Amino acid sequence: MLASQLQAQHHLSRFSLSDPRVNILAAGIFALVAVLLTQWPALMLLLGLALLFNVMAGTRWRSVIKRLLAFETFMLLLVLMLPFSMPGETWFRLFGLSATIEGASQALTILLRANAVVLALLALLAIREPVSLGYGAAALGFPAKLIHLFMMTVRYIQVLGDEFQRLRNAMKARAFEPASNWHTWRSYGWLMGMLLVRSMERAQRIVDAMRCRGFDGSLYLRSQLLWRKSDSLLLLGLSLLALVPLVWQQFLE
Amino acid sequence: MNPSISIKAPLLSVTELSVSYTHRSVFNGVSFDLYPQERLALVGANGAGKSTLLRTLIGLNNQFQGQIVGFGQRCRQEREFQQLRKKVGFLFQDSDDQLFCPTVLEDVAFGPLNLGLSADAAQRKALQVLASLGMIEFADRITYRLSGGEKRMIALATVLAMEPEVLLLDEPTNGLDESAQQRLLAHLDGLSQAMIVVSHDRSVLERLATRAVLLEGGQLTKAVMHRHPHEHLHVHAEDRIAAGIHEQEHR
Ligand SMILES: Nc1ncnc2c1ncn2[C@@H]1O[C@H](COP(=O)(O)OP(=O)(O)O)[C@@H](O)[C@H]1O
Ligand SMILES: [Mg+2]
Repeated sequence: MLASQLQAQHHLSRFSLSDPRVNILAAGIFALVAVLLTQWPALMLLLGLALLFNVMAGTRWRSVIKRLLAFETFMLLLVLMLPFSMPGETWFRLFGLSATIEGASQALTILLRANAVVLALLALLAIREPVSLGYGAAALGFPAKLIHLFMMTVRYIQVLGDEFQRLRNAMKARAFEPASNWHTWRSYGWLMGMLLVRSMERAQRIVDAMRCRGFDGSLYLRSQLLWRKSDSLLLLGLSLLALVPLVWQQFLE
Repeated sequence: MNPSISIKAPLLSVTELSVSYTHRSVFNGVSFDLYPQERLALVGANGAGKSTLLRTLIGLNNQFQGQIVGFGQRCRQEREFQQLRKKVGFLFQDSDDQLFCPTVLEDVAFGPLNLGLSADAAQRKALQVLASLGMIEFADRITYRLSGGEKRMIALATVLAMEPEVLLLDEPTNGLDESAQQRLLAHLDGLSQAMIVVSHDRSVLERLATRAVLLEGGQLTKAVMHRHPHEHLHVHAEDRIAAGIHEQEHR
């Protein structure tokens, strides 16, 4: 569902055919580098790399931008708050509050860093089938409980989403139009409550179904991952690329 | 009916079974036996308690009064029901509840693994069951991407992989289109297990059931299945009628 939207159908890139461990490791290294970078030029380069990854992955710009926008609304809050909440040299004053240069520069750093990481995650992880990421993480030794939680989430998020949509449509079909009034809030409350109750009932039925098949607390994953030489090369290449901004930062200092 | 059947010991035997949810009785004093090779149709209105009866039968609902005997063993506690569930397969009304593993093969192999088979043996077993249902090409598919009909067939595979001796089918053809229904029914009809089938669908009962019971007003009564000639509606594309093709289709 996510993967197929994000990537142009005809364009299956290296990133979606490799061993999923490559994607997870490369994303981890990229994120680590992002945390270690503090200088703007190096961060800009990292952002450029993240864009390059998206070109290599063949993600569709339209869906990348849609996802980024959702993320940016959250970032906006931070960028607006941070200059006013950090102590330092006054940059300008607004309504008696002073914005600091330190705060502004910190906000810009975080903005660059976060965008670079999100773009890289879109290119490396979001284009993969979620299930295959689960296999990859399992093969990398992530705790089994976490993997099964992830797999179950992947499995049922769509079912839940469908249930939500059905309830929403049932409301719309009876001429419900959201407005800022008590009726709307109460209806949404019921919608959410209903969704919660249904999810719990479904969870109970799933456990029942598992008990019917002799569930005794252990789950099994059939790992069929195959690490090829090309995977090593791809991981090496991606890691080297990700390290370039870090090396450059050493020179800048 | 064949007299030799009734001499055999029943697979499942229910005596005076009663279930109530918070003071409201769902059914009361229900008794019946299921014998080998029997296919018992359980009919009744929506909310009559058919699903509840099936769930209680295999110990998924422990608030009950009465006696449940499975394969000669009285079942009261979870441990006894666990043994019973290894021999009684339950096909749920909603296949989304039943398929929870990432891929089809893992889901079908889940039961055999729980029965103590090795990973290899469980996988072989799963592939063999999938093949027998003609679903082998679905082995590596992701469960939540399947269509409703495919999900139901895979759910049946997960049940059959445990080699049950009794099948409980809760509205097996519910929500399936005509061709998926026919496929499922053809496979079910080919199975040798004793079954309890809950269904509203006349064609299901006609095809599968050997006898019927009716759950009504909290009581279980013997029902008579009878056939009467009737008209039924067929839908054809308009241009096919014009071209006279549908005459041939009906032959
Ligand atoms: N968990 C529950 N708690 C309370 N009442 C329930 C519960 N599950 C089912 N019921 C009620 O029990 C009755 C029988 O339900 P069910 O067995 O699902 O009927 P059927 O399968 O015949 O349509 C219904 O009236 C239903 O509302
Ligand atoms: Mg039911």
